[in-house]
Amino acid sequence: MKILAIDTSNIPLSVAVLEDKTLLATMTTNIKKNHSITLMPAIADVMKLAGVKPAELDRIIVAQGPGSFTGLRIGVATAKTLAFALDCELVGVSSLELLAAGISDDKTDIVPLFDARRNHVFSGLYRNSNELINELPDQHRDLVAWLTELKERNQSQIFVGTDVDLFKPQIIDILGEQAYFPAPFLNVPQAFILGLIGKDKEPVEQETFIPNYLRLTQAESQWLETHSDKDHNTYVEKI
Amino acid sequence: MSAEKKNLILAFESSCDETSVAVVEDGHIILSNIVATQVNSHKRFGGVVPEVASRHHIEQITSCVQDAMTEANVSYDDLDAVAVTYGPGLVGALLVGVSAAKAIAFAHELPLIPVNHMAGHIFAARYESEISYPSMALLVSGGHTELVYMPEEGQFEIIGETRDDAAGEAYDKVGRVLGMTYPSGKEIDELAHTGKDTFNFPRAMIKDDNYDFSFSGLKSAFINTVHHADQLGETLDRADLATSFQQSVVDVLAEKTLRACHEYDIKQLILAGGVAANKGLRARLEADMEKMDTVEFIKAPIKLCGDNAAMIGAAGYVEFLKGQRAGLDLNADPSLEFDWIA
Ligand SMILES: [Zn+2]
Repeated sequence: MKILAIDTSNIPLSVAVLEDKTLLATMTTNIKKNHSITLMPAIADVMKLAGVKPAELDRIIVAQGPGSFTGLRIGVATAKTLAFALDCELVGVSSLELLAAGISDDKTDIVPLFDARRNHVFSGLYRNSNELINELPDQHRDLVAWLTELKERNQSQIFVGTDVDLFKPQIIDILGEQAYFPAPFLNVPQAFILGLIGKDKEPVEQETFIPNYLRLTQAESQWLETHSDKDHNTYVEKI
Repeated sequence: MSAEKKNLILAFESSCDETSVAVVEDGHIILSNIVATQVNSHKRFGGVVPEVASRHHIEQITSCVQDAMTEANVSYDDLDAVAVTYGPGLVGALLVGVSAAKAIAFAHELPLIPVNHMAGHIFAARYESEISYPSMALLVSGGHTELVYMPEEGQFEIIGETRDDAAGEAYDKVGRVLGMTYPSGKEIDELAHTGKDTFNFPRAMIKDDNYDFSFSGLKSAFINTVHHADQLGETLDRADLATSFQQSVVDVLAEKTLRACHEYDIKQLILAGGVAANKGLRARLEADMEKMDTVEFIKAPIKLCGDNAAMIGAAGYVEFLKGQRAGLDLNADPSLEFDWIA
Protein backbone atom coordinates (compact mmCIF):
# COMPACT_ATOMS: atom_id res chain seq x y z
CA MET A 1 0.00 0.00 0.00
CA LYS A 2 1.38 3.42 -1.01
CA ILE A 3 0.67 6.08 1.58
CA LEU A 4 0.96 9.86 1.74
CA ALA A 5 0.91 11.29 5.29
CA ILE A 6 0.47 15.00 6.07
CA ASP A 7 0.61 17.01 9.27
CA THR A 8 0.14 20.79 9.33
CA SER A 9 -1.69 21.11 12.65
CA ASN A 10 0.76 23.53 14.22
CA ILE A 11 4.00 25.31 13.34
CA PRO A 12 5.83 22.08 12.40
CA LEU A 13 4.94 20.69 8.98
CA SER A 14 5.65 17.09 8.07
CA VAL A 15 5.04 15.07 4.92
CA ALA A 16 5.97 11.43 4.31
CA VAL A 17 5.49 8.76 1.67
CA LEU A 18 5.38 5.16 2.86
CA GLU A 19 5.14 1.77 1.23
CA ASP A 20 3.26 -0.18 3.90
CA LYS A 21 5.43 0.13 7.01
CA THR A 22 8.50 1.35 5.16
CA LEU A 23 9.41 5.00 4.88
CA LEU A 24 10.33 6.03 1.34
CA ALA A 25 10.82 9.78 1.79
CA THR A 26 9.93 12.49 4.26
CA MET A 27 10.30 16.19 4.92
CA THR A 28 9.74 18.07 8.16
CA THR A 29 10.01 21.80 8.79
CA ASN A 30 9.71 23.71 12.04
CA ILE A 31 9.77 27.29 10.85
CA LYS A 32 7.18 30.04 10.97
CA LYS A 33 6.28 29.97 7.31
CA ASN A 34 2.74 29.80 6.00
CA HIS A 35 1.79 26.16 5.40
CA SER A 36 -0.17 27.14 2.31
CA ILE A 37 3.12 28.14 0.67
CA THR A 38 5.09 25.11 1.85
CA LEU A 39 2.72 22.14 1.88
CA MET A 40 1.96 21.44 -1.77
CA PRO A 41 5.57 21.87 -2.98
CA ALA A 42 6.68 19.62 -0.10
CA ILE A 43 4.20 16.94 -1.17
CA ALA A 44 5.39 17.20 -4.78
CA ASP A 45 9.06 16.98 -3.75
CA VAL A 46 8.65 14.10 -1.32
CA MET A 47 6.58 12.10 -3.79
CA LYS A 48 9.12 12.71 -6.52
CA LEU A 49 11.97 11.58 -4.26
CA ALA A 50 9.98 8.50 -3.31
CA GLY A 51 9.30 7.79 -6.98
CA VAL A 52 5.57 7.63 -6.39
CA LYS A 53 3.11 9.19 -8.81
CA PRO A 54 -0.11 10.76 -7.51
CA ALA A 55 -2.23 8.13 -9.27
CA GLU A 56 -0.33 5.36 -7.45
CA LEU A 57 -1.41 6.49 -3.99
CA ASP A 58 -3.70 4.09 -2.15
CA ARG A 59 -4.26 6.09 0.98
CA ILE A 60 -3.84 9.64 2.27
CA ILE A 61 -3.51 10.14 6.01
CA VAL A 62 -3.86 13.53 7.63
CA ALA A 63 -3.50 14.87 11.16
CA GLN A 64 -7.07 15.98 11.78
CA GLY A 65 -6.62 18.14 14.86
CA PRO A 66 -6.69 19.65 17.30
CA GLY A 67 -4.30 22.47 16.46
CA SER A 68 -4.20 25.82 14.68
CA PHE A 69 -7.53 26.23 12.86
CA THR A 70 -5.92 27.59 9.71
CA GLY A 71 -3.12 25.02 9.74
CA LEU A 72 -5.62 22.19 10.11
CA ARG A 73 -7.73 23.48 7.26
CA ILE A 74 -4.77 23.69 4.89
CA GLY A 75 -3.84 20.07 5.69
CA VAL A 76 -7.37 18.72 5.67
CA ALA A 77 -8.48 20.64 2.55
CA THR A 78 -5.40 19.40 0.71
CA ALA A 79 -5.71 15.78 1.91
CA LYS A 80 -9.45 15.63 1.37
CA THR A 81 -9.31 17.08 -2.14
CA LEU A 82 -6.33 14.92 -3.13
CA ALA A 83 -8.09 11.77 -1.91
CA PHE A 84 -11.25 12.84 -3.73
CA ALA A 85 -9.45 13.72 -6.96
CA LEU A 86 -7.37 10.51 -6.93
CA ASP A 87 -10.24 8.37 -5.73
CA CYS A 88 -8.15 6.86 -2.93
CA GLU A 89 -8.72 6.21 0.77
CA LEU A 90 -8.67 9.03 3.31
CA VAL A 91 -7.83 8.60 7.00
CA GLY A 92 -7.80 11.16 9.83
CA VAL A 93 -5.60 10.75 12.90
CA SER A 94 -5.61 12.84 16.07
CA SER A 95 -2.72 15.34 15.99
CA LEU A 96 -2.17 14.62 19.69
CA GLU A 97 -2.13 10.86 19.15
CA LEU A 98 0.58 11.42 16.54
CA LEU A 99 2.84 13.01 19.18
CA ALA A 100 1.98 10.39 21.79
CA ALA A 101 2.87 7.60 19.35
CA GLY A 102 6.50 8.73 19.33
CA ILE A 103 6.88 7.76 23.00
CA SER A 104 7.46 4.07 23.59
CA ASP A 105 7.72 4.15 27.41
CA ASP A 106 5.00 1.84 28.77
CA LYS A 107 5.38 2.87 32.42
CA THR A 108 4.12 6.44 32.13
CA ASP A 109 1.09 8.43 31.13
CA ILE A 110 1.78 10.24 27.86
CA VAL A 111 0.46 13.81 27.72
CA PRO A 112 0.82 15.48 24.31
CA LEU A 113 -0.16 19.13 24.28
CA PHE A 114 -0.47 22.21 22.08
CA ASP A 115 -0.78 25.83 23.10
CA ALA A 116 -4.35 27.07 22.62
CA ARG A 117 -3.56 30.57 23.94
CA ARG A 118 -4.75 32.35 27.09
CA ASN A 119 -3.18 29.59 29.19
CA HIS A 120 -5.38 26.97 27.58
CA VAL A 121 -4.14 23.84 25.87
CA PHE A 122 -5.30 21.12 23.54
CA SER A 123 -4.30 17.94 25.28
CA GLY A 124 -5.26 14.34 25.94
CA LEU A 125 -3.90 11.34 27.82
CA TYR A 126 -2.43 8.23 26.20
CA ARG A 127 -0.73 5.00 27.35
CA ASN A 128 1.55 2.92 25.19
CA SER A 129 1.52 -0.74 26.18
CA ASN A 130 1.93 -2.82 23.01
CA GLU A 131 -0.57 -0.55 21.37
CA LEU A 132 -1.37 3.10 21.91
CA ILE A 133 -4.47 3.62 24.05
CA ASN A 134 -6.31 6.90 24.45
CA GLU A 135 -7.25 7.06 28.16
CA LEU A 136 -8.62 10.60 28.37
CA PRO A 137 -10.03 12.11 25.15
CA ASP A 138 -8.43 15.04 23.34
CA GLN A 139 -9.82 18.21 24.86
CA HIS A 140 -9.51 21.99 25.06
CA ARG A 141 -8.64 22.83 28.69
CA ASP A 142 -7.52 25.51 31.06
CA LEU A 143 -3.94 24.45 31.73
CA VAL A 144 -4.10 24.69 35.52
CA ALA A 145 -7.35 22.70 35.72
CA TRP A 146 -5.91 20.05 33.38
CA LEU A 147 -2.65 19.74 35.33
CA THR A 148 -4.58 19.52 38.59
CA GLU A 149 -6.66 16.67 37.18
CA LEU A 150 -3.52 14.90 35.98
CA LYS A 151 -1.91 15.32 39.40
CA GLU A 152 -4.63 13.18 40.97
CA ARG A 153 -3.69 10.17 38.83
CA ASN A 154 -0.49 9.77 40.84
CA GLN A 155 1.35 8.48 37.80
CA SER A 156 4.58 9.53 36.23
CA GLN A 157 3.66 11.62 33.19
CA ILE A 158 5.65 12.54 30.14
CA PHE A 159 4.75 15.84 28.40
CA VAL A 160 5.40 15.99 24.70
CA GLY A 161 5.09 18.68 22.03
CA THR A 162 6.93 21.77 20.77
CA ASP A 163 4.83 23.98 23.05
CA VAL A 164 5.75 22.04 26.23
CA ASP A 165 8.74 24.32 26.93
CA LEU A 166 6.37 27.26 27.20
CA PHE A 167 4.42 25.59 30.00
CA LYS A 168 7.29 23.78 31.75
CA PRO A 169 7.37 26.07 34.82
CA GLN A 170 3.63 25.56 35.44
CA ILE A 171 3.85 21.81 34.79
CA ILE A 172 6.70 21.39 37.28
CA ASP A 173 5.01 23.72 39.74
CA ILE A 174 1.86 21.59 39.89
CA LEU A 175 3.17 18.08 39.17
CA GLY A 176 6.68 18.23 40.63
CA GLU A 177 8.55 14.98 40.13
CA GLN A 178 5.53 13.34 38.57
CA ALA A 179 6.37 15.18 35.30
CA TYR A 180 8.96 14.06 32.74
CA PHE A 181 10.14 15.50 29.47
CA PRO A 182 11.28 13.54 26.44
CA ALA A 183 14.35 13.97 24.27
CA PRO A 184 13.76 17.12 22.17
CA PHE A 185 13.49 15.29 18.83
CA LEU A 186 10.33 13.56 20.06
CA ASN A 187 8.55 16.92 20.39
CA VAL A 188 8.35 17.44 16.63
CA PRO A 189 5.55 15.47 14.96
CA GLN A 190 6.79 13.16 12.18
CA ALA A 191 4.58 12.21 9.26
CA PHE A 192 6.35 8.82 9.08
CA ILE A 193 4.77 7.98 12.46
CA LEU A 194 1.46 9.41 11.22
CA GLY A 195 1.65 6.96 8.32
CA LEU A 196 2.31 4.05 10.65
CA ILE A 197 -0.66 4.86 12.90
CA GLY A 198 -3.03 5.70 10.05
CA LYS A 199 -2.18 2.62 8.04
CA ASP A 200 -4.43 0.42 10.19
CA LYS A 201 -7.31 2.82 10.76
CA GLU A 202 -10.68 2.75 9.02
CA PRO A 203 -10.97 5.13 6.06
CA VAL A 204 -13.48 7.96 6.50
CA GLU A 205 -16.23 9.26 4.26
CA GLN A 206 -14.45 11.96 2.27
CA GLU A 207 -17.22 14.42 1.55
CA THR A 208 -18.10 15.10 5.20
CA PHE A 209 -14.54 15.00 6.51
CA ILE A 210 -13.58 18.13 8.47
CA PRO A 211 -10.91 19.06 11.04
CA ASN A 212 -11.40 18.25 14.70
CA TYR A 213 -11.26 21.79 16.04
CA LEU A 214 -12.37 20.79 19.57
CA ARG A 215 -13.65 24.32 19.96
CA LEU A 216 -16.64 26.20 18.64
CA THR A 217 -15.94 29.60 17.15
CA GLN A 218 -16.43 32.47 19.59
CA ALA A 219 -19.35 33.80 17.55
CA GLU A 220 -21.14 30.45 17.69
CA SER A 221 -20.64 29.86 21.40
CA GLN A 222 -21.90 33.37 22.19
CA TRP A 223 -24.87 32.85 19.92
CA LEU A 224 -25.69 29.51 21.58
CA GLU A 225 -25.90 31.22 24.97
CA THR A 226 -29.16 32.81 23.86
CA HIS A 227 -30.34 30.59 21.00
CA SER A 228 -31.13 26.97 20.32
CA ASP A 229 -29.28 25.12 17.61
CA LYS A 230 -32.38 23.08 16.75
CA ASP A 231 -35.01 23.60 14.07
CA HIS A 232 -33.00 26.09 12.04
CA ASN A 233 -32.74 26.41 8.28
CA THR A 234 -29.80 24.57 6.74
CA TYR A 235 -26.84 26.82 7.36
CA VAL A 236 -25.35 26.12 3.96
CA GLU A 237 -27.41 25.41 0.88
CA LYS A 238 -26.63 24.96 -2.76
CA ILE A 239 -28.53 27.46 -4.88
CA MET B 1 -14.53 16.72 -39.95
CA SER B 2 -12.99 17.24 -36.56
CA ALA B 3 -14.54 19.50 -33.98
CA GLU B 4 -12.25 22.20 -32.70
CA LYS B 5 -10.75 21.48 -29.30
CA LYS B 6 -12.66 23.19 -26.55
CA ASN B 7 -10.92 24.73 -23.59
CA LEU B 8 -12.33 23.55 -20.25
CA ILE B 9 -11.45 25.23 -16.96
CA LEU B 10 -12.37 24.00 -13.49
CA ALA B 11 -12.77 27.16 -11.40
CA PHE B 12 -12.85 27.72 -7.62
CA GLU B 13 -14.21 30.63 -5.60
CA SER B 14 -14.21 30.79 -1.78
CA SER B 15 -13.26 34.36 -0.87
CA CYS B 16 -16.21 35.15 1.39
CA ASP B 17 -19.36 33.20 2.25
CA GLU B 18 -20.01 31.25 -0.93
CA THR B 19 -18.23 28.02 -1.82
CA SER B 20 -18.40 27.73 -5.57
CA VAL B 21 -16.95 25.43 -8.22
CA ALA B 22 -17.66 25.73 -11.94
CA VAL B 23 -16.71 24.18 -15.24
CA VAL B 24 -16.40 26.80 -17.97
CA GLU B 25 -15.93 26.21 -21.70
CA ASP B 26 -13.83 28.65 -23.75
CA GLY B 27 -14.24 31.33 -21.09
CA HIS B 28 -17.85 32.11 -21.90
CA ILE B 29 -20.02 29.01 -21.70
CA ILE B 30 -21.09 27.70 -18.30
CA LEU B 31 -21.21 23.90 -18.16
CA SER B 32 -21.85 23.97 -14.41
CA ASN B 33 -21.71 26.56 -11.66
CA ILE B 34 -22.32 25.10 -8.20
CA VAL B 35 -22.77 27.70 -5.46
CA ALA B 36 -23.15 26.70 -1.80
CA THR B 37 -24.18 29.79 0.11
CA GLN B 38 -23.67 30.19 3.85
CA VAL B 39 -26.00 33.14 4.19
CA ASN B 40 -28.35 31.34 6.60
CA SER B 41 -25.45 30.68 8.92
CA HIS B 42 -24.09 34.24 8.98
CA LYS B 43 -27.59 35.69 9.41
CA ARG B 44 -27.27 34.51 13.02
CA PHE B 45 -24.46 36.99 13.57
CA GLY B 46 -25.69 39.89 11.42
CA GLY B 47 -22.71 39.58 9.08
CA VAL B 48 -20.03 37.21 7.86
CA VAL B 49 -17.89 35.71 10.65
CA PRO B 50 -14.56 34.73 9.05
CA GLU B 51 -13.82 31.59 11.11
CA VAL B 52 -17.38 30.30 10.63
CA ALA B 53 -17.05 30.96 6.88
CA SER B 54 -13.79 29.00 6.67
CA ARG B 55 -15.37 26.06 8.49
CA HIS B 56 -18.30 25.94 6.10
CA HIS B 57 -16.00 26.11 3.07
CA ILE B 58 -14.14 22.99 4.11
CA GLU B 59 -17.42 21.15 4.72
CA GLN B 60 -18.56 21.93 1.18
CA ILE B 61 -15.50 21.96 -1.01
CA THR B 62 -15.26 18.43 -2.44
CA SER B 63 -19.02 18.07 -2.67
CA CYS B 64 -19.07 21.20 -4.86
CA VAL B 65 -16.29 19.80 -7.08
CA GLN B 66 -18.18 16.54 -7.39
CA ASP B 67 -21.41 18.28 -8.39
CA ALA B 68 -19.65 20.64 -10.81
CA MET B 69 -17.89 17.76 -12.62
CA THR B 70 -21.01 15.60 -12.70
CA GLU B 71 -23.30 18.36 -13.94
CA ALA B 72 -20.80 19.37 -16.63
CA ASN B 73 -20.37 15.70 -17.47
CA VAL B 74 -16.58 15.97 -17.70
CA SER B 75 -13.64 13.98 -16.32
CA TYR B 76 -10.25 15.27 -15.20
CA ASP B 77 -8.81 14.24 -18.56
CA ASP B 78 -11.12 16.70 -20.29
CA LEU B 79 -9.83 19.66 -18.27
CA ASP B 80 -7.21 22.11 -19.52
CA ALA B 81 -6.60 24.08 -16.33
CA VAL B 82 -7.67 24.85 -12.79
CA ALA B 83 -8.40 28.49 -11.91
CA VAL B 84 -8.79 29.83 -8.39
CA THR B 85 -9.52 33.08 -6.57
CA TYR B 86 -6.45 33.88 -4.47
CA GLY B 87 -7.56 37.34 -3.29
CA PRO B 88 -8.87 39.71 -2.18
CA GLY B 89 -11.09 38.27 0.52
CA LEU B 90 -11.05 36.55 3.89
CA VAL B 91 -7.72 34.78 4.22
CA GLY B 92 -9.00 31.62 5.93
CA ALA B 93 -11.82 31.31 3.42
CA LEU B 94 -9.52 31.87 0.42
CA LEU B 95 -7.12 29.22 1.69
CA VAL B 96 -9.69 26.44 1.41
CA GLY B 97 -10.27 27.11 -2.28
CA VAL B 98 -6.56 27.67 -2.96
CA SER B 99 -5.59 24.41 -1.19
CA ALA B 100 -8.26 22.43 -3.03
CA ALA B 101 -7.39 23.92 -6.43
CA LYS B 102 -3.70 23.16 -5.91
CA ALA B 103 -4.50 19.59 -4.88
CA ILE B 104 -6.47 18.98 -8.08
CA ALA B 105 -3.86 20.70 -10.25
CA PHE B 106 -1.16 18.51 -8.70
CA ALA B 107 -3.18 15.28 -8.77
CA HIS B 108 -3.97 15.61 -12.47
CA GLU B 109 -0.97 17.63 -13.66
CA LEU B 110 -3.06 20.61 -14.72
CA PRO B 111 -1.86 24.21 -15.01
CA LEU B 112 -2.95 26.40 -12.10
CA ILE B 113 -4.24 29.90 -12.85
CA PRO B 114 -4.40 32.54 -10.12
CA VAL B 115 -7.41 34.84 -10.43
CA ASN B 116 -8.14 38.19 -8.79
CA HIS B 117 -11.66 38.06 -7.36
CA MET B 118 -12.49 41.56 -8.60
CA ALA B 119 -11.40 40.67 -12.14
CA GLY B 120 -13.77 37.73 -11.74
CA HIS B 121 -16.68 40.06 -10.96
CA ILE B 122 -15.93 42.11 -14.08
CA PHE B 123 -15.74 38.98 -16.23
CA ALA B 124 -19.20 37.88 -15.11
CA ALA B 125 -20.17 40.34 -17.87
CA ARG B 126 -18.47 38.05 -20.39
CA TYR B 127 -21.54 35.81 -20.16
CA GLU B 128 -23.59 38.73 -21.46
CA SER B 129 -21.34 39.94 -24.22
CA GLU B 130 -17.80 39.88 -25.54
CA ILE B 131 -15.61 42.51 -23.91
CA SER B 132 -13.92 45.04 -26.18
CA TYR B 133 -11.12 47.32 -25.09
CA PRO B 134 -10.49 49.91 -23.84
CA SER B 135 -13.30 49.41 -21.37
CA MET B 136 -14.50 50.79 -18.03
CA ALA B 137 -16.07 48.84 -15.15
CA LEU B 138 -18.12 50.06 -12.24
CA LEU B 139 -17.53 47.46 -9.56
CA VAL B 140 -19.92 47.61 -6.62
CA SER B 141 -20.15 45.02 -3.87
CA GLY B 142 -20.23 44.54 -0.12
CA GLY B 143 -16.47 45.02 0.09
CA HIS B 144 -15.63 47.21 -2.91
CA THR B 145 -16.82 50.24 -4.80
CA GLU B 146 -14.45 51.23 -7.57
CA LEU B 147 -14.14 52.41 -11.13
CA VAL B 148 -11.71 50.25 -13.08
CA TYR B 149 -10.21 51.24 -16.43
CA MET B 150 -9.12 48.38 -18.69
CA PRO B 151 -6.87 49.67 -21.50
CA GLU B 152 -6.51 46.15 -22.89
CA GLU B 153 -7.37 42.58 -22.03
CA GLY B 154 -5.99 41.53 -18.68
CA GLN B 155 -5.04 45.05 -17.58
CA PHE B 156 -6.91 46.69 -14.72
CA GLU B 157 -6.32 50.18 -13.36
CA ILE B 158 -8.34 51.73 -10.55
CA ILE B 159 -9.24 55.33 -11.34
CA GLY B 160 -11.38 55.88 -8.25
CA GLU B 161 -12.74 54.02 -5.26
CA THR B 162 -14.62 54.50 -2.01
CA ARG B 163 -12.73 56.29 0.71
CA ASP B 164 -14.70 54.61 3.48
CA ASP B 165 -17.62 52.17 3.28
CA ALA B 166 -18.37 50.12 0.20
CA ALA B 167 -21.84 50.71 -1.22
CA GLY B 168 -22.97 47.19 -0.24
CA GLU B 169 -21.74 47.77 3.28
CA ALA B 170 -23.88 50.92 3.55
CA TYR B 171 -26.92 48.92 2.40
CA ASP B 172 -26.36 46.34 5.14
CA LYS B 173 -25.91 48.95 7.86
CA VAL B 174 -28.96 50.91 6.80
CA GLY B 175 -30.90 47.65 6.58
CA ARG B 176 -30.06 46.91 10.20
CA VAL B 177 -31.50 50.28 11.26
CA LEU B 178 -34.68 49.42 9.35
CA GLY B 179 -34.86 46.10 11.23
CA MET B 180 -34.11 43.97 8.16
CA THR B 181 -32.15 40.74 8.37
CA TYR B 182 -28.66 40.53 6.87
CA PRO B 183 -28.05 40.82 3.93
CA SER B 184 -30.58 43.56 3.25
CA GLY B 185 -29.60 44.94 -0.16
CA LYS B 186 -32.37 43.22 -2.05
CA GLU B 187 -35.07 44.17 0.45
CA ILE B 188 -34.06 47.85 0.39
CA ASP B 189 -33.99 47.78 -3.42
CA GLU B 190 -37.55 46.42 -3.52
CA LEU B 191 -38.82 48.86 -0.90
CA ALA B 192 -37.13 51.73 -2.74
CA HIS B 193 -39.39 51.16 -5.73
CA THR B 194 -42.46 51.98 -3.64
CA GLY B 195 -41.48 55.30 -2.03
CA LYS B 196 -40.39 58.85 -2.83
CA ASP B 197 -37.11 60.67 -2.27
CA THR B 198 -38.38 62.97 0.48
CA PHE B 199 -35.35 63.08 2.78
CA ASN B 200 -32.82 64.34 0.27
CA PHE B 201 -29.80 62.71 1.91
CA PRO B 202 -26.31 64.07 1.04
CA ARG B 203 -24.63 63.10 -2.23
CA ALA B 204 -21.05 62.98 -0.96
CA MET B 205 -18.23 64.02 -3.29
CA ILE B 206 -20.58 64.14 -6.26
CA LYS B 207 -19.07 67.38 -7.59
CA ASP B 208 -15.46 66.60 -6.61
CA ASP B 209 -12.95 66.48 -9.43
CA ASN B 210 -12.04 62.81 -8.98
CA TYR B 211 -13.65 59.39 -9.28
CA ASP B 212 -13.73 58.58 -5.59
CA PHE B 213 -16.83 57.78 -3.54
CA SER B 214 -17.85 58.07 0.10
CA PHE B 215 -20.84 56.45 1.73
CA SER B 216 -20.21 56.83 5.43
CA GLY B 217 -21.70 60.34 5.55
CA LEU B 218 -24.87 59.09 3.89
CA LYS B 219 -25.05 56.20 6.31
CA SER B 220 -24.68 58.56 9.30
CA ALA B 221 -27.27 60.98 7.93
CA PHE B 222 -29.69 58.08 7.52
CA ILE B 223 -29.10 56.74 11.02
CA ASN B 224 -29.36 60.21 12.59
CA THR B 225 -32.63 60.90 10.80
CA VAL B 226 -34.17 57.66 12.06
CA HIS B 227 -32.87 58.09 15.62
CA HIS B 228 -34.02 61.70 15.78
CA ALA B 229 -37.53 60.67 14.76
CA ASP B 230 -37.46 57.84 17.32
CA GLN B 231 -36.66 60.34 20.07
CA LEU B 232 -39.59 62.50 19.06
CA GLY B 233 -41.80 59.42 18.96
CA GLU B 234 -42.38 59.85 15.23
CA THR B 235 -42.46 57.02 12.75
CA LEU B 236 -40.94 57.72 9.38
CA ASP B 237 -42.17 56.16 6.15
CA ARG B 238 -39.90 53.16 5.54
CA ALA B 239 -40.45 53.19 1.81
CA ASP B 240 -39.52 56.87 1.58
CA LEU B 241 -36.43 56.22 3.69
CA ALA B 242 -35.36 53.37 1.41
CA THR B 243 -36.05 55.38 -1.74
CA SER B 244 -34.16 58.41 -0.45
CA PHE B 245 -31.18 56.29 0.58
CA GLN B 246 -31.04 54.36 -2.68
CA GLN B 247 -31.49 57.53 -4.73
CA SER B 248 -28.46 59.08 -3.05
CA VAL B 249 -26.30 56.00 -3.67
CA VAL B 250 -27.43 55.66 -7.27
CA ASP B 251 -27.00 59.39 -8.03
CA VAL B 252 -23.38 59.38 -6.88
CA LEU B 253 -22.49 56.10 -8.58
CA ALA B 254 -24.15 57.07 -11.85
CA GLU B 255 -22.85 60.62 -12.03
CA LYS B 256 -19.21 59.68 -11.41
CA THR B 257 -19.41 56.71 -13.73
CA LEU B 258 -20.86 58.79 -16.49
CA ARG B 259 -18.17 61.40 -16.12
CA ALA B 260 -15.54 58.66 -16.39
CA CYS B 261 -17.24 57.41 -19.55
CA HIS B 262 -17.00 60.87 -21.06
CA GLU B 263 -13.42 61.52 -20.08
CA TYR B 264 -11.96 58.17 -21.09
CA ASP B 265 -11.99 56.95 -24.64
CA ILE B 266 -13.76 53.64 -24.07
CA LYS B 267 -15.90 51.23 -26.04
CA GLN B 268 -17.85 49.72 -23.15
CA LEU B 269 -19.08 50.31 -19.64
CA ILE B 270 -19.42 47.17 -17.53
CA LEU B 271 -21.56 47.05 -14.40
CA ALA B 272 -20.47 44.25 -12.06
CA GLY B 273 -20.29 43.11 -8.42
CA GLY B 274 -22.93 42.03 -5.90
CA VAL B 275 -24.65 45.45 -5.87
CA ALA B 276 -24.84 45.35 -9.68
CA ALA B 277 -27.94 43.22 -9.12
CA ASN B 278 -29.64 46.32 -7.70
CA LYS B 279 -32.58 47.15 -9.97
CA GLY B 280 -32.47 50.86 -9.20
CA LEU B 281 -28.83 51.11 -10.21
CA ARG B 282 -29.29 49.01 -13.35
CA ALA B 283 -32.26 51.07 -14.52
CA ARG B 284 -30.57 54.38 -13.84
CA LEU B 285 -27.35 53.53 -15.67
CA GLU B 286 -29.32 52.03 -18.53
CA ALA B 287 -31.27 55.28 -19.00
CA ASP B 288 -28.13 57.40 -18.72
CA MET B 289 -26.09 55.24 -21.07
CA GLU B 290 -28.79 55.28 -23.71
CA LYS B 291 -27.79 58.87 -24.37
CA MET B 292 -24.16 57.87 -24.94
CA ASP B 293 -24.20 56.10 -28.27
CA THR B 294 -20.42 55.70 -28.46
CA VAL B 295 -20.24 53.50 -25.37
CA GLU B 296 -21.94 50.12 -25.12
CA PHE B 297 -23.42 49.31 -21.70
CA ILE B 298 -23.01 45.73 -20.44
CA LYS B 299 -24.50 44.49 -17.20
CA ALA B 300 -23.27 41.31 -15.55
CA PRO B 301 -26.21 38.86 -15.58
CA ILE B 302 -28.15 39.19 -12.29
CA LYS B 303 -27.55 35.52 -11.48
CA LEU B 304 -23.78 36.03 -11.76
CA CYS B 305 -23.51 39.31 -9.80
CA GLY B 306 -22.96 37.55 -6.48
CA ASP B 307 -19.81 35.52 -5.84
CA ASN B 308 -19.57 32.44 -8.06
CA ALA B 309 -16.90 30.34 -9.74
CA ALA B 310 -18.20 30.78 -13.32
CA MET B 311 -16.94 34.37 -13.25
CA ILE B 312 -13.56 33.10 -12.02
CA GLY B 313 -13.50 30.65 -14.92
CA ALA B 314 -14.18 33.48 -17.39
CA ALA B 315 -11.40 35.68 -15.95
CA GLY B 316 -9.15 32.62 -15.62
CA TYR B 317 -9.54 31.83 -19.33
CA VAL B 318 -8.09 35.21 -20.27
CA GLU B 319 -5.15 34.64 -17.92
CA PHE B 320 -4.75 31.12 -19.30
CA LEU B 321 -4.42 32.42 -22.85
CA LYS B 322 -1.88 34.99 -21.66
CA GLY B 323 0.20 32.16 -20.17
CA GLN B 324 -0.33 33.25 -16.58
CA ARG B 325 0.47 30.32 -14.23
CA ALA B 326 0.86 29.89 -10.48
CA GLY B 327 3.21 27.46 -8.78
CA LEU B 328 2.19 24.96 -6.12
CA ASP B 329 3.37 27.55 -3.60
CA LEU B 330 0.45 29.85 -4.48
CA ASN B 331 -0.76 31.58 -1.31
CA ALA B 332 -3.92 33.50 -0.52
CA ASP B 333 -3.52 37.28 -0.71
CA PRO B 334 -6.37 38.80 1.32
CA SER B 335 -5.55 42.38 0.32
CA LEU B 336 -4.81 41.81 -3.36
CA GLU B 337 -5.61 44.95 -5.36
CA PHE B 338 -5.60 46.22 -8.89
CA ASP B 339 -2.95 48.81 -9.59
CA TRP B 340 -3.84 52.47 -9.37
CA ILE B 341 -3.52 54.34 -12.60
CA ALA B 342 -0.19 56.15 -12.73
ZN1 LIG C 1 -17.29 39.39 -4.49
